[in-house]
Amino acid sequence: MGWFSLLFGPDGWAPLLLRGTVITILLSVVTVPFGFGAGLVLALLKLSPSRPVRVACDAYTTFFRGIPDLLSLFIVYFGLQSLLNVLARLLGDAWRIEMNAFVAGVIALSVVVAAYSSEVWVASLKAVPPGQAEAARSLGLHPKQVFLLVILPQLGRVALPGMGNIWTILVKDTSLISTLAVSDLLRAASEASRATTRPLLFYGAAAGIYLIFSIVSGVGQAYLERRANQGYA
Amino acid sequence: MLDALEGIAGFVFNLDLLSTYGWRLLQGLRITAEVVLISCSLGFLLSYPLARGRMSRNPLISAPALAYVTFFRGTPLLCQLYLVYYGAGEIRPFLASVDLWWFFRDAFYCCIFAFTLNTAAYQAEIVRGAVQSVPKGQLEAARALGLSPYAIARHVLWPQALLIALRPLGNELIGIIKASALAAIVTLLDLMGETRFVFARTFDFSIYLYSALIYLSITQAISRLWNWIEALLSRHLLAGRPATMVLGAATRKGQGAALDPLRAEP
Repeated sequence: MGWFSLLFGPDGWAPLLLRGTVITILLSVVTVPFGFGAGLVLALLKLSPSRPVRVACDAYTTFFRGIPDLLSLFIVYFGLQSLLNVLARLLGDAWRIEMNAFVAGVIALSVVVAAYSSEVWVASLKAVPPGQAEAARSLGLHPKQVFLLVILPQLGRVALPGMGNIWTILVKDTSLISTLAVSDLLRAASEASRATTRPLLFYGAAAGIYLIFSIVSGVGQAYLERRANQGYA
Repeated sequence: MLDALEGIAGFVFNLDLLSTYGWRLLQGLRITAEVVLISCSLGFLLSYPLARGRMSRNPLISAPALAYVTFFRGTPLLCQLYLVYYGAGEIRPFLASVDLWWFFRDAFYCCIFAFTLNTAAYQAEIVRGAVQSVPKGQLEAARALGLSPYAIARHVLWPQALLIALRPLGNELIGIIKASALAAIVTLLDLMGETRFVFARTFDFSIYLYSALIYLSITQAISRLWNWIEALLSRHLLAGRPATMVLGAATRKGQGAALDPLRAEP
């Protein structure tokens, strides 16, 4: 069969790949607020005056940056699963919760992204001149306001290049979730190539879609950086 | 309560497991080391011509090099690995006819093949960024002094470029060690593969933690070693500062993309 009818014919595999693509996009997009948010919290804790807190947060980052992403995902995924089992055993079967693979995937990716992004957040928090917070405080702003209204808006510009890198890592890392029974783009390609014995075609198509992603992300990142740097020479 | 604590302790530590299956992890570690060392060195050899291609003024050379680098950095390594490993099966008659099937039949060689092509793309960008961040005046001055092209490369360009490339190259080595865990997915029994094997047998979660500790100590050791090498090689510059800070250009705007730590530590 020609490649065109294999993809777009009446029994073509394009719809499956498309569904996989949507899952991949959803996985990455849903992970962003959790992963980057947790990373910011981690970064704030790393700058805290308490030494034990700092050490614990640094250990977290060192651990998850020092081991393969695939292993991190497995640890979080199977760790969650066994933890749920232990809890169910302790609390009785009424508490047994079935873990949704997609949710577990988002949690696992968030754990990794939090570790990566916290370093970028720390660097950009340090890049905001201390005078900004001092001035805001002396104007009588509440600490919460100091952070939300003065510091946070200035973080984005500095953090953007690093965050862009982490975003590309994240999009590519979603492919690892395919090994955990989430039917993302790569898993869809695997299914299609197993059924048709045409792996080159389907993995090639998946690679093409990933490539489009990363090119679009690159263009979008350049645009955002240009916009954020308006007014800064 | 005590019961629960015991449950959690058994959940994290299990020394019996280590004494039964520890040797398996060590065996896997050997495979991981082989895959990483071979593909990293081959990738380094490939990276130089690629970087030259990227810098070429001839679009017939620079466009394919750009396409290569964009493809291998823009798609997941797992997808590339599947393309090689499963794709080779599809064109088996052809590979057999050119007597290459023995190579692509083996998951070990497939992993080395895919990882080499992948890391070559990353290393090429590192090398390119480093070469381009050597100030032009250095080369002009060397040429004005009448140095031969070889002498310029040997005494002016590379000592400066390699110092700048050192740190990102170290990050890339760590990146490849981490990425090599993907070999387990195509049935290779590397450290990750042995870990999965033991887990499938025992359903004991702590094997993942032991494996993580091994990976962690390796990546940490390399990162320490790299700090030491960098300090050693840049001691002629401002005392105690990393080369990238002194030579500056690497982190300057516009050049940052060249040293982009896409997979390495951000």
